[in-house]
Amino acid sequence: MSHHRIHRRIAAAVVLVAASSGLVACSSDSSGTGASTADGVTTLKLWTHNGGNAQELAINKQVVADFNASQSKYKVDLQAFPQASYNDAVTAAAAAKKLPCVLDIDGPNVPNWAWAGYLAPLDLPEETFKDQLPSTMGKVDDKVYSFGHYDVALNMAVRKSVLTTIGVRVPTIDKPWTRTEFDAALAKLKAGGKYRYTLDLGTSGTGEWLPYAYSPLLQSFGGDLINRSDYKSAADVLNGPKAIEWATWMRSLIANGYMAQKSGADGTVDFVNGKTAIVYTGSWAADAITKKYGGDVAFVPPPDLGNGAKIGGGSWQWGLSSDCAAKDGAREYLKFSAQTKYFVEYSQKLGLIPGNTAAVDQLPNFAADGKYRVFLELAQKYAVVRPVTPAYPFISTTFQKACQDILAGGDPKKVLDKATSDIDNNIKSNGDYQF
Amino acid sequence: MAVDVAVRAGRPGVPRVLLQLGRIVLMLVFSLPILFMIVSSLKPDTQIFSDLTSLRAFLPVGHISLDNYRGVFERVPAAQFLLNSVMVSVVTVAVGIVVNSLAAFALSRMRWRGRRIVLAAIIATLIVPFETLALPLVWWVNKLPWLELNGFSLVLSDGWLDTYRVQILPFIANAFSIYLFYQFFSSIPTELDEAARVDGASWFGIYRRVVMPLSGPAVATVAILTFLPAWNSYLWPLMVVQSEAKRPVMVGIQYFFQLNVAWGQIMAYSAMITVPVLVLFVAFQRAFVNSIASSGVKG
Repeated sequence: MSHHRIHRRIAAAVVLVAASSGLVACSSDSSGTGASTADGVTTLKLWTHNGGNAQELAINKQVVADFNASQSKYKVDLQAFPQASYNDAVTAAAAAKKLPCVLDIDGPNVPNWAWAGYLAPLDLPEETFKDQLPSTMGKVDDKVYSFGHYDVALNMAVRKSVLTTIGVRVPTIDKPWTRTEFDAALAKLKAGGKYRYTLDLGTSGTGEWLPYAYSPLLQSFGGDLINRSDYKSAADVLNGPKAIEWATWMRSLIANGYMAQKSGADGTVDFVNGKTAIVYTGSWAADAITKKYGGDVAFVPPPDLGNGAKIGGGSWQWGLSSDCAAKDGAREYLKFSAQTKYFVEYSQKLGLIPGNTAAVDQLPNFAADGKYRVFLELAQKYAVVRPVTPAYPFISTTFQKACQDILAGGDPKKVLDKATSDIDNNIKSNGDYQF
Repeated sequence: MAVDVAVRAGRPGVPRVLLQLGRIVLMLVFSLPILFMIVSSLKPDTQIFSDLTSLRAFLPVGHISLDNYRGVFERVPAAQFLLNSVMVSVVTVAVGIVVNSLAAFALSRMRWRGRRIVLAAIIATLIVPFETLALPLVWWVNKLPWLELNGFSLVLSDGWLDTYRVQILPFIANAFSIYLFYQFFSSIPTELDEAARVDGASWFGIYRRVVMPLSGPAVATVAILTFLPAWNSYLWPLMVVQSEAKRPVMVGIQYFFQLNVAWGQIMAYSAMITVPVLVLFVAFQRAFVNSIASSGVKG
């Protein structure tokens, strides 16, 4: 038999099998819109940034398991992504129209994702959020797009014994260091010769750390990332005299030898190992620091640099995608997850500030004499939410570059003028980011 | 080889001891980071940092344990990620060698109109960075159909996202591999083809029985140069793979960059994902160097 004949027979057999099995059908894969239905059960996809964060992921999974067990109409299917690459994964999925139904979002990104059409308003009854802390709500254009179970608080960790030995006052929540006091404390610590660098502001940090950590210092000087009256321009607030003063001061911390131009990879580890005297970090580091120094450690507000002490506010929150094919199911889930017991769970297991005042009553750590009370008070007293504007991601990346240039010794006025002009041009070219 | 001869004879004016010293310094420059990674993977985080200022950073001293490796498996599905990457990389390499060598064979051995234009067009694609194609490619793979077996029926599904094929198929045809094979094939005398033709060989027979058996170094080089980007692939799987079950190793490293970074676990995970690459390179090293030397390609 010739090869050609064999080939023809094989081809015929393939066609026959295909035809007899029949039904070469087109499937409409409804999972592309974050939900699919089979046997009367609608499966909703949920994405979280907690891949690799075992503790928080365990709570996410618990809430999902509880919801799945509580009813039989919907089933939530959780997919975890590592935080560092989460935003890129969401952006790619949005471009492909393959967003899940429920997803978590870093607070400052909510306005942009709402404006870009990734998110739909939650449209949940108002009483769902009656006890919610304002910094844990993603409210844009008067609509609630997201809510979070917790918040975090930046602070400066210091050792009381180290400060009192050199005659420096230990600041309190009500009375932070003034700029003069802070500068003097740094000089005294440096003169003591015990520390190569007395202060760790996390200068090796990248990405969102830079605006999260340094824009409150800028605001404490009297500047800001954008003029919040209409969110249309950064002129005068990001490149005015106060902002230039902030930038000059930041650089002087390096020039005076108080802090490294590029700090160690992990500020908490350096502080715990006694390499630095003051570390600017978040409430997430409290356990590791307390474990080492016990009652000798104090978590204090950043200094009041002229316009009051400030810290960043807003953490991860849950939202609903606008592509979701089963919005009712997603809302059911979100409402279920907004029970006070889950706020308690997140706070208890992770040591984070509960996003719901009703939960505070059930958390001894946040009671008047609780070990984490200080973070709640810091958040309540000093938190400033990052600008609620769809322009925020651009503002953030522009400010990141400006911070790095300033720390590297760039001319403050030139750097901030450039950042301001970039931000203003971006806002203008996006039609003021109108909804 | 000319290079070997020069080295064996010693360069004029350079004393042998200096040459050896230079080699030792070079060896240390390249091997110390790997040694640091492996040693640090056995230490707790605090010790990694306290050892940094001394030679202890490169020595397995202090509190040594496999805790970081245990931590890696608790934090990420590392075995699944490794398996996925092995599967994606091996298939990409195997199919890539066949497809690219066939294309290069057609370009270098067969005479047809427009051959040079096609070759130029293929080489021209080398200047387009993948990042510029990534988003349009996502759009395309999201629209592409696929035939799936569902029971006894063939079902036409839409979209390749979150599959193994989306991590493999776009990277099979590779302009650089085609060019490398093309260069190598061009160095094989065409008289061999003519002899094979006289013996009744078809074009495919010449490819399979004459050209490919003589192209071991080129195959080894293409294997390494295809394997490395497939193994190191990060941006693309990040964009197109959504479930952990299909995620490759490089995306996995991001799992360790939490607010409190687990440096020991990062070192352990890095050691685990570096070993297969080192093994592959050592296995193909001789052929790889031969091919680079003969084709004049610089890495």
